[in-house]
Amino acid sequence: MSDTMKHSLLFVFVGVLILLEGATDFLFFSGSWNSALVILNMGLISAIMAIGVNIQWGFAGLFNVGIMGFTALGGLAVVLTSTPVIPEAWSSGGIGILMALVLGALTVVAAVMITRNMPAGKARTLVLLAVMASGFFVYRAIFDPAVGRVEAINPALQGNIGGLDLPVLLAWPAGGLLAAGAAWLIGKTALGLRSDYLAIATLGIAEIIIAVLKNEDWLSRGVKNVVGLPRPLPYEVDLQNDLSFVERAASWGMDPVTASTVYVKAGYAVMFAAVLLVILWMAQMALKSPWGRMMRAIRDNEVAAEAMGKDVTRRHLQIFVLGSAICGIAGAMMTTLDSQLTPGTYNPLRFTFLIWVMVIVGGSGNNFGAVLGGMLIWFFWIKVEPMGILLMEVVTSGMAEGSPLKSHLLESASHMRLFTMGLILLLVLRFSPRGLIPEK
Amino acid sequence: MDLLNALVALTNYVVVPGLAYGSQLALGALGVTLIYGILRFSNFAHGDTMAFGAMVTILFTWWFQAMGLSAGPLPTALLALPFGILGTIGLALFTDRTVYRFYRQQKAKPVIFVMVSLGVMFIMNGIVRFIIGPGDQRFTDGERFVISARTFKELTGLQEGLAIKTTEALTVITAVIVVALLFWFLNKTRTGKSMRAYSDNEDLALLSGINPERVVMYTWMIVAALATIAGVLYGLDKSFKPFTYFQLLLPIFASAIVGGLGNPLGAIAGGFIIAFSEVTITYAWKKVLTYGLPDSLAPDGLVQLLSTDYKFAVSFAILVVVLLFKPTGLFKGKAV
Repeated sequence: MSDTMKHSLLFVFVGVLILLEGATDFLFFSGSWNSALVILNMGLISAIMAIGVNIQWGFAGLFNVGIMGFTALGGLAVVLTSTPVIPEAWSSGGIGILMALVLGALTVVAAVMITRNMPAGKARTLVLLAVMASGFFVYRAIFDPAVGRVEAINPALQGNIGGLDLPVLLAWPAGGLLAAGAAWLIGKTALGLRSDYLAIATLGIAEIIIAVLKNEDWLSRGVKNVVGLPRPLPYEVDLQNDLSFVERAASWGMDPVTASTVYVKAGYAVMFAAVLLVILWMAQMALKSPWGRMMRAIRDNEVAAEAMGKDVTRRHLQIFVLGSAICGIAGAMMTTLDSQLTPGTYNPLRFTFLIWVMVIVGGSGNNFGAVLGGMLIWFFWIKVEPMGILLMEVVTSGMAEGSPLKSHLLESASHMRLFTMGLILLLVLRFSPRGLIPEK
Repeated sequence: MDLLNALVALTNYVVVPGLAYGSQLALGALGVTLIYGILRFSNFAHGDTMAFGAMVTILFTWWFQAMGLSAGPLPTALLALPFGILGTIGLALFTDRTVYRFYRQQKAKPVIFVMVSLGVMFIMNGIVRFIIGPGDQRFTDGERFVISARTFKELTGLQEGLAIKTTEALTVITAVIVVALLFWFLNKTRTGKSMRAYSDNEDLALLSGINPERVVMYTWMIVAALATIAGVLYGLDKSFKPFTYFQLLLPIFASAIVGGLGNPLGAIAGGFIIAFSEVTITYAWKKVLTYGLPDSLAPDGLVQLLSTDYKFAVSFAILVVVLLFKPTGLFKGKAV
């Protein structure tokens, strides 16, 4: 069997799993088309994130463990792009916040200039400290009262500065841009670090981004969440009230409620698939181009590539920004799908480490592998829980009714998820370290 | 102006919690640093190793409590600790046998080891949640305070009280003993010296007949013991929750890196640097300043540099700043 055949069959396998999820309630399948589409949608988004990570790791060997931060920034972009402007917030404190932020940025720029231009020594340290400290206190003096005024406005619903009131689809590229900007800043400072140090630094920076989203209520409403974000597709209720839609649903033999939910989810699936295909096509083109070959050369032997005159630091920055932007786009899509931004739910197990599992299992260095890994691992992430419960029911079937061990085992079955993910990762790393679809 | 009260407030809210948290971080960071120094990778599973150790200790504690065993004024967990350590050593050696050894023999790149430790992290996390559940577990018993705020006020007649929890005192004392033992072991014993030699220069150590598998085995045993002690002390002082331990990984790494990976002294220094900066930057200084300054200068606001919600972010901000100026940490760590 040729490789192409084998790899296509793997994709067919994932497709069949999702179809079975919709078509049958045998074993752990739920037999609901809604559930199948939910898995498909998040699988598509996961596949995009996996491509982003694969570009950084598989193409260039950059070990970025801060994916969660870029995903969250993408989510923030949805709020900043598509929610309505809140004029009171802008008139009471928005300008002050902006001024304070500009001032803070200027302080950092000044500090960088001082480090660059003054000769090292005591004088430089003192000037640097003085500039940073005074900058910080002036920033807080302007920032704090402005934030207080903004957050006081109708805090049950708003208390933030709102967004630009643009169509929500524009938030997707905006998410990419926001993540790219952050990645550029981070890359400028952190990319000089060696592998493990870089990994921990990105991990930390992602946590800082989440801390900001959780606490700066004026920006993201923090843990109060932003709900009811606009969506690109009609609401189910409107469809159910639409006579022509109800008639069409009846002609397919579906009741209007199910038909409307399936219709909306399928709509998202089409949109996500389109984005995925575009990004996949671009990543494939990039990989095949001279640029892609250069990246792999740098990955395989940095010293040799440098000797050939390649600017390794710049290329690393470039790919770091590109990969992070893709994660930002995926983050924005996810927030659009949920119609809400919930900063409290971002956690590195789900948004960083799971994406890594997808890339490794799929096959790092191969874009199709990343897509396959994203879809497959997401399916298991959702389905391991019912599988675990099923397994435990079989295991405990011989035990006495009501025994404490039996109830404990059944209750704990849902925690099998992390265990299984770890096991899959370890097995793949051991027996198929190049993944299901290896790099060519 | 009242300097004595200011000092007491400072000790109560900054020094004592900082010392306890710093000791916990330092013990955790020592484990991370030892693995990095000898096995040459960042062990992402360390936080969950701590959780596993603490979990085994908690299970034994509950068993002992059910049997009516107690350590008097001290927490029963101290009696259970040796069993927790043994259990964790077993797990660590088993993991090394089944997982890490393969990659050592393959001479895999350090970054592959990091990936593998991710897998181990997932599995350990799953096991802990499977056995004890994801919720909060309290297992502290015995005397709550070495000295409570009220007693202190009665004793000294000061306005401000000073409270020292038993767990805080215990943490610091245990940490001092453990660190002393560790340094004695590394500097004076034959095995310790061979570990240091292996860490400094692998090839030279192999040439002089040091058995690498033995060095690795001892490292895992020491790391498991350190992780369990750190995990139990943290659990006694705060509370035990699997997810919190996973999150602890981050400040622990920050400590190890700020000090310089692979450098035990650096890990301890890093632990205290991170702990004290977290506490001082998020502490509202109003009380201390009101006591310490003349009335005319007393502050109006809370005088807090950052809100306490940013506690977590502080350790990384420090980490990033340190790495910018010293890419391998303050004490010149390794880079593989």
